[in-house]
Amino acid sequence: MEITNEMRDLGDLIEKYFKNEVDPVVAEYDAKGELPEKIYNDLIEMGLNLLAVPTEFDGLMVDHKTETYIAEILGRHDCGIASAIGVNTSACATMNFFGKDEQKKDFFGILTSGKLAGFCLTEPNAGSDSASVKTTAVLDGDEYVLNGTKCFITNGGIAGVYIVFASTDLSKGTKGLSAFYVESDREGLIIGKHEDKMGIRLSNTTQVIFEDCRIPKDHLIGEEGKGFKYAMKTLGTSRNFVGGMAVGLAQRAIDECVEYAKSRVQFGKPIAYKQGIQFMLADMQTQTAAARELTYHAADLIDKNGDYEMYVSMSKLFASDVAMKVTTDGVQIFGGYGYMKEYPMEKLMRDAKILQIYEGTNQIQRVVISNIMLSK
Amino acid sequence: MNILVCIKQVPDTTEIKINPETNTLMREGVPSIVNTFDSYALELGVRLKEEHGGKVTVMSMGPDQAKAALKECLSVGADEAYLLSDRAFGGSDTLATSFILASFAEHLEKEKGKFDLILCGKQAIDGDTGQVGPEMAEHLDIAQVTYATDIKAEGNKTLVKRENDQGYDWIEVLSPAVITVTKSGFEPRYATLKSKIAANKAEIHVLDSQSINIDVEKCGLKGSPTKVKKSYTPKKENNGIIINEETASASVQKLMSLITDKKVI
Repeated sequence: MEITNEMRDLGDLIEKYFKNEVDPVVAEYDAKGELPEKIYNDLIEMGLNLLAVPTEFDGLMVDHKTETYIAEILGRHDCGIASAIGVNTSACATMNFFGKDEQKKDFFGILTSGKLAGFCLTEPNAGSDSASVKTTAVLDGDEYVLNGTKCFITNGGIAGVYIVFASTDLSKGTKGLSAFYVESDREGLIIGKHEDKMGIRLSNTTQVIFEDCRIPKDHLIGEEGKGFKYAMKTLGTSRNFVGGMAVGLAQRAIDECVEYAKSRVQFGKPIAYKQGIQFMLADMQTQTAAARELTYHAADLIDKNGDYEMYVSMSKLFASDVAMKVTTDGVQIFGGYGYMKEYPMEKLMRDAKILQIYEGTNQIQRVVISNIMLSK
Repeated sequence: MNILVCIKQVPDTTEIKINPETNTLMREGVPSIVNTFDSYALELGVRLKEEHGGKVTVMSMGPDQAKAALKECLSVGADEAYLLSDRAFGGSDTLATSFILASFAEHLEKEKGKFDLILCGKQAIDGDTGQVGPEMAEHLDIAQVTYATDIKAEGNKTLVKRENDQGYDWIEVLSPAVITVTKSGFEPRYATLKSKIAANKAEIHVLDSQSINIDVEKCGLKGSPTKVKKSYTPKKENNGIIINEETASASVQKLMSLITDKKVI
């Protein structure tokens, strides 16, 4: 995978910022479970919320290879912050694919004014099974009235606008789902409980509750009943961000392990001299290199508008499984210290777990991949 | 305000190594950065522009790769960038360099109008002479203030906060002036992704000795009275002792006993 000068230029800026401003405080805010306001402001100032906003709406619209590269750098430093940016990018993708120009102007205007976007699909009883979505949108004159509860919403409490999937016909299951955009200051939109998570603790995850929340009719994206299709199309590209994050996270773990193995002395020598450690490191790097190539290949296919869907699922599945394996082995290499919060490894392992779960569980990715294989 | 900032592309000294055989810097693979003090000068210039309006022009002398440093400046608030690149300038000492830069500034003034302020870093982190800025002011025959940590413009007066050993002075200076800047109380800003992309696409104006009509006899090795006879790496003396006892008084006692044992006092 060739990293172009343009990509490196953006990457170096992000790397420099995260190294200087985020790394020193990440453990503190991981413990608190919050995103510090200063970092939030800096991310917005830097324009990380505009990666997938078209240039005609004053955004950056980087290609998917660049987006993946940025995801990798963010993943190296903190997957919580990376998740906030990744979800924002997913929400933009829905609007880019299916929004009308007027809607784009409205929606992206909120982002360029300095806000993040959220993506509300999951509900307490509708995780992988989107047909069980119970949030409803009922047309009443010139408005839709939304009712229901969305959960595990990344950026839930801080987003300025959300893409919301709600049923306009409960009898039709996924074929009754429709997509809307809803500004966070709409009456009847309530931020519910802040989730206390195992990992990615710098991301803001809340319930988003709709109680007779009225939105203009023209906030319907595309057509009624096509929401599930839109969600799948969106995630079909945007989950490659997770692949990128996973690669960054895994590489970070490896780099930490290499450094530790060279300095940790047991039996009179650094543990790096032990073949048991060497073989683990070799496997970790091999798997991560393979995940990286797969992820960038998927990004390249999206950019070239090729048959990318299966590759994006494979990238998300493989890279997140690798990140889990690599960080678990990383904790093992660090031994007792790996289990302690004083060292970086345990956080990396906690952060890795979510990558196998969100943006479509890895089981769902296998369903997607095999469906494509078998439908040919 | 019409502000000119002079910058130099330097190797990142935090990563630099010296070849033990030739005693020269090993530049290969070492990332290049904008000289740290120049970044502070640029930040001050951009802050003045933001407060009072005007324009910030950056200029540099160096090989083609110095364009990258100028682009970095464009991404953090400079409006236009000029590179002066010519083999005839190679080997210039500080006298020749300051002569070239002063001529370059005068040439730019024909296009951009008189500069109110010319800002430089107090020194480059690779050469560390601290002479180029002050010498430029002499060539241009204008006022100068060194070691500035802040600049305030009030009407046609410019107030410069100058660092000294005891604290600082506020010095009033008339424009035009050359001001050399040291580390300030604020950090240079980060670029944004958008400004990076824009800077990447921006044009860097490249000029040579002919285009600024300079007397090349006064440039490069020919124009440099300084001759380097030898460069070497000073020997590392490793015979220091660190005293770090549990309490300050225990440390002092240990220090005293070491000194008296050696019969120094």
